[in-house]
Formats: sequence, C-alpha cells, structure tokens
Amino acid sequence: MAKSKSAYSDPGKQGKPDTHIIVVWVDNEAGVLARVVGLFSGRGYNIESLAVAEVDPKRGISRITIVTTGTPQVIEQIKLQLGKLVPVHKVADFMRGDKKIIFKEMALLKLVGNTSKRNKALKVCKKFNPVVLDKTQKSVVLQITALRREIDTVMGDLKKFGLVSVSRTGAVAMTRGSEIFK
Amino acid sequence: MSKLYTGAEIVFKCMEDQKVEFIFGYPGGAVLPIYDELKNHDSIKHILARHEQGAGHSAEGYARSCGKPGVVLVTSGPGATNVVTALTDAYMDSIPLVCISGQVPTHLIGTDAFQECDTTGITRPCTKHNWLVKDVKDLAKIIHKAFEVATTGRPGPVLVDIPKDIQFQKAKYSNFKKQKKLNGKSNNRFSQKDIDKLVEMMGKAKQPIFYTGGGVINSGPKASEQLRELISITGFPITSTLQGLGSFPGDDNQFLGMLGMHGTYEANNAMHDCDLMINIGARFDDRITGKIDEFSPKSKKVHIDIDPSSINKNVKVDLPIVGDVSEVISLLIKTVKKHKPNFLKSNKENISKWWEQIGKWRSVNSLNFINSDKTIKPQFAIQRLYELTKNKDTFITTEVGQHQMWAAQHYKFDKPNRWMTSGGLGTMGYGLPAAVGVQIAHPDKLVVDIAGEASVLMTMQEMSTAVQYNLPIKIFILNNEYMGMVRQWQELLHEKNYSESYTAALPDFVKLAEAYGCVGIRAKTPDELDSKIQEMIDVKKPVIFDCLVDKEENCFPMIPSGKPHNQMLLGPNDQKENKITGKGKTLV
Repeated sequence: MAKSKSAYSDPGKQGKPDTHIIVVWVDNEAGVLARVVGLFSGRGYNIESLAVAEVDPKRGISRITIVTTGTPQVIEQIKLQLGKLVPVHKVADFMRGDKKIIFKEMALLKLVGNTSKRNKALKVCKKFNPVVLDKTQKSVVLQITALRREIDTVMGDLKKFGLVSVSRTGAVAMTRGSEIFK
Repeated sequence: MSKLYTGAEIVFKCMEDQKVEFIFGYPGGAVLPIYDELKNHDSIKHILARHEQGAGHSAEGYARSCGKPGVVLVTSGPGATNVVTALTDAYMDSIPLVCISGQVPTHLIGTDAFQECDTTGITRPCTKHNWLVKDVKDLAKIIHKAFEVATTGRPGPVLVDIPKDIQFQKAKYSNFKKQKKLNGKSNNRFSQKDIDKLVEMMGKAKQPIFYTGGGVINSGPKASEQLRELISITGFPITSTLQGLGSFPGDDNQFLGMLGMHGTYEANNAMHDCDLMINIGARFDDRITGKIDEFSPKSKKVHIDIDPSSINKNVKVDLPIVGDVSEVISLLIKTVKKHKPNFLKSNKENISKWWEQIGKWRSVNSLNFINSDKTIKPQFAIQRLYELTKNKDTFITTEVGQHQMWAAQHYKFDKPNRWMTSGGLGTMGYGLPAAVGVQIAHPDKLVVDIAGEASVLMTMQEMSTAVQYNLPIKIFILNNEYMGMVRQWQELLHEKNYSESYTAALPDFVKLAEAYGCVGIRAKTPDELDSKIQEMIDVKKPVIFDCLVDKEENCFPMIPSGKPHNQMLLGPNDQKENKITGKGKTLV
C-alpha cells in the first residue's frame, strides 16, 4: 500500500446504507431550498430525488420530500442538521420499505409509433393508472404514477414501443390512515 | 402617525435596544448611509479595523472574553468576502457574531454591479442563518431575530445583508421586547430520569472521567462555578479540550491537563482506559479522539450538549443529555446531593485504584522538555510568561501552531473567558485582532497574544488599530523563523524535507513595532527573558515582543492521529525507543 501522509485518520468502519425518505416542512421564503440542498452537498450527503412545493399558502409552508441513501448515523445527522435550520419547522424520516407510508412518483411518457404499438404501450402501463394527456395520429403522451423502480421497469419495457421522451418527478410521501406526522 | 426612520437609523435603533456598545468594522460604498448615521448614536463606539478579517476576529475576541455578541459592520463585495474567514472561525468555535453587510441597491442585485457579490450565498454555509433584507419594513424584525439566533442555543455567527437603497428608505420602528423562545425550539430536552441514570452510572464507575469543552464556557461563568462544585463533590478526575481551558482551574489536583493530539499523557491514557466518560459541552473532534475505532473502547459514554446534532455525530454514546450545560450540571449536583449526600466519601474507595493509576501516568511528566541555558526554549518562555503574569487577571489569545499548543500546555488558566484561541478552523492570524477585541472589552486588564512569527504576519496590520485606540495589547512572538508545526510534521513525516516552511526575509519586529508607533522588545537569551517580560508588562503601550527561541524544538507529547490515545509519542527523553515508523507515519 502506498504511504498516505495525511493529517487525518483513516476512515473507520461504516454502517450499512439504507434508502430513506426525508420530509421537511419549511417557511416558503427566498433561499430556503438552497439552504436545504446546500446542507446536503456541504456535508457530503446525497440526494436521489427531490420534490418541493408550497402546501399551506396561508402560513407560507412548503413541503420538501428528499430521497436519500446513508448509514443510520448519516440519516440521523441529516435529520438533526435539518432541524437546526431556522426556517425548518419539522422533519420526518421514513424507510423506503415502510408499509405505513405511501410513496408515489409521477412520470410523463411520450411515445411515437403506430396505433398497435401505442395500444401495446398502454397495456404495459395498465397497472400504474395511465392517463392519456395528449394524442395525435403518430404520438401519445401518457401520465403514470408509481414507485421509482416500477417506473424504471416501465421505461425499459416501453423502449420497443416508441418511447422517445420521459419526464419524472421526485417521490412524494404520505402516511396511511387518519394519523398525520406532528 | 408614528415617526418614520430610515433603514440606517433603524440599524442603530436595533443595536441600541440590543445594548450594543462596540461595532468592529470598515466603511465602504454600500454601507455609507449606516456610517453617516453613526455620529448620532453616542452609546455605540465604532472600532476601525485595518482589514475586514481583523474586524471579524476582533469581534470574536470581544464576544469570547465578555460573553456578549460581537458586532461587525462591513461593506459589500470584498468587505463581505474578507469577513468570511472570521465568520467560519466563529461558526466552528460557536462564537456569537452579528455581521451587518452592505449590498448594492436592490435594483442592481444580479447585474454584476460594482462591488456586488452573492453575500448570502457565500456565507450560507458559515453562518447559523443569514438574511437579505428586501423591504425596509422587515429590517427591525430581522436584526432582532439575528441577535436572537446568534446568542441562543449553540451560539454562532449570523449575517444581515442590507442593500443601500433599503438603508435610505423609511419605516416605522416600535421598541423591542425580548422574547424567550426561538421558533419553539427549546434548548433543554432532558428529564430527571436522564440525570438519575447518570448518577447511577457515576455510582457504579470504577474509572470515571469528566471530559469538558467550550460548551461550559459558552454556558456562562455560572456553569464554570457549577462545574467546580460538581468535580469537588464527585472526586472524579477531569480533563479539558483546548476550548474548555479555564472552566476548571489548571493547577487543581483533579485536573489532568488538556487532552487530545498534544494533550498530556495522563489525560489521554485516562480517556482510553476509563469505564465512564462524561462529556460536558465538547464535541468529540477528530483532534481529540484520534482513531475513532479504538477510541476509549471500554467506556460507557455520556454526552451533555446543547446541540442535538453533536450527539452521535462522531462517537456513539450511551446516554445523551441535550440541554444547556449550566442547567444540566445544576440538576446533576442537586440530584447527587439528594440521593447520595456523602458521595465523595462513600465512593472514594471505589475509584482509589483509578487515581493510583493516574498518578503513575502523571509521574511520566509528559510536558517535560530539555531546557537550555543558551537558547530560549519556547516552553520555558511560556512558563516564565505564566509565572510573571499569573497574579494578574490575564487574558491570553493565540495564533495557530506550535506556540498555541505550548500555550495550552504550559499556561494554567483558572477562570473562564480568559483564553481565546482558534480551535475548530485553526485560523493563523486570529490572535492579534482577537487581542484587540479583548482589550476593548477589558481596557484595564493585561491582554497577551501568544504568537508565532508566521501567523502574526497574516494580520499584522491590526497593530495600527491597537495604536489608534490606545490598546496596550502585548504580542508575544515565539520566533523560530519557521512555520513551526508545519516544520515539525515535515520532520516527522516527510524525511525532513522542509518544503516552504522557512520564512526568509522576516521583518525586524522591533523596528516594525516602532514603525507602528508602539514598543518593540527583543529577548535572545534565557537569562534576560524575565526582565524583558517584566518590561513588556510594565509598558502602558502596545508591545511587539520578539522572543528568539530554539528553531527546531518540537511540540510533545503527541498522538499521531490515526492512533488511539494510549499510543502517544513523548518528548526527546523518550524518543529513542518510540519512533514513528511504518504505518504510524502515514497517519499523523
């Protein structure tokens, strides 16, 4: 092994990384997204997807949903560091596999091809609530809602049916049942 | 209809309501309306720095020595970028600073105007929070909020960016009422149960140790008094981080000295072998822990900290207690007294073997060095400085490097807020401007910057500030002509290839002092040292003291980082049998 002459210690043992969905309620003010995203990039956390929009116009609250991967220690730090930001009201954390939580992503798919191809494509999407948003003689724009991996699969399957363009959102999340996260 | 005030007036109204006495700053185009307003506010004095970084460090020195937030005023563009180092320094060491920066007028923001920069963007990662004021009606609210954020919870720097047109526009100002809670975020999240658990752990421990840090100082002078009581009623040993020095008397028998990379043999070994570690207001920094995987392997760890994100960040702990140090200690003392009124006596037997072991480590005398009667050893210089100043209430600041570690090892503090050093960021050039701020806060006290010749040149221009305001700060330079710590690492790790660590063409510091209009003193030999130091203390003017020390002295003991606490490198007496070889070398 080549000698490294570092002023710092070598990395220690690392825990197993897991995918989490972090939901952050923030004041909808200038720069707030930069603060949240800057915290992730500055501390070396990663963002797989991001969804943000105002959810309470009266109080000016936005809801940011971030999908991230990290060891339990990193996930804990993400939550605590987010909680310290002044415009942050609360932070929730869900495991990707958590059965009590609904996760959804939306995708818009543009397919170009003959009627037979387009119908086959529609069939592939059947499980994911396809909605035809636009239709011409040569093309169709579909909207589907599903999990990330499901959309990945659909995209692969649709290649042979004339998929030419994809636009996807980040994941959004909500708890099942009557409970809300406080 | 109530009176309307300009933005610039509102800035001062807010500062008056916040009881600000001093502003450290430097004028420029985008803050001129605020500077114009200065003449109308007698209770606020402006200290003109010579560089915005100097203004920032001075405000830090002021804040650390008197517990009030430091206020900095700078212009847009280069004014703001120059203060970034000081803001980052304050962020790392949890110092409350409120920085007000000018900005180009609102309609020019985003046009690459003259002296425009994205100040809130640049300072976002080095402040607790920052604001760009877009409406003069929000100005008062934002400034008061800024003071609140800077001083509550874990303190830190904040920045308010005010465009020039906002400084001219008018709005109402209603007097400020202090609120208690910040955004519903209370600092104390511990319960009696946690304290009971801790007392139980303390009763069972056979090898306990308190490990205290800057959080004790930040919690206020009362916390340091309470800490002393806690240590005396438990009989446990205590060690402190660099930032925590002064919260417990340095010459007390229960004090094991500083721990960490250049900490004492007894402190580091006690940390490694303890079975109960009680961390009060410290953050398991990498200079403290060494190799994390082998850090204090046998101990239960308790962590008392006001910042929940400090818990489990670097080291997993068994009992986290989130709260203000002073309040936690006071409940802890109460609980010990209630449940175990004779704890000290009844527990003495329990930890007597531990103290015996600590005595053995102590007898190694790890801060020892080989003195000389020909050249001044830097450690000796600090010991003499300590002996000659310990009867005064002396305030010490430092730069960064070997001299800083020697100061921490050999100068014994017995009060909090007397020791100002850049620990987290390690900013060379911190000490001189910090001394300016300390002397502003304590005009009649002795303030000494223990410096290295390389560091002090980075902010030397602030001597001019000291002279302008008659601040009799003493710059005590341990001059070895090298960037000493860099040279030490190059000696130990890079086959003595002293790449760029020698400073040729150093200025004559005595003449430099005279050029600034202060006093220059030089000491060359050990026997003239005392009289020269006394001369420095007696002069009622700023002094640059050029202490010519051994050029090749190294700072020991030392934990090569990447090694655990129990594998320390001791001084020259011990070196033959304990050389850094092979893998250890890669890890310093």
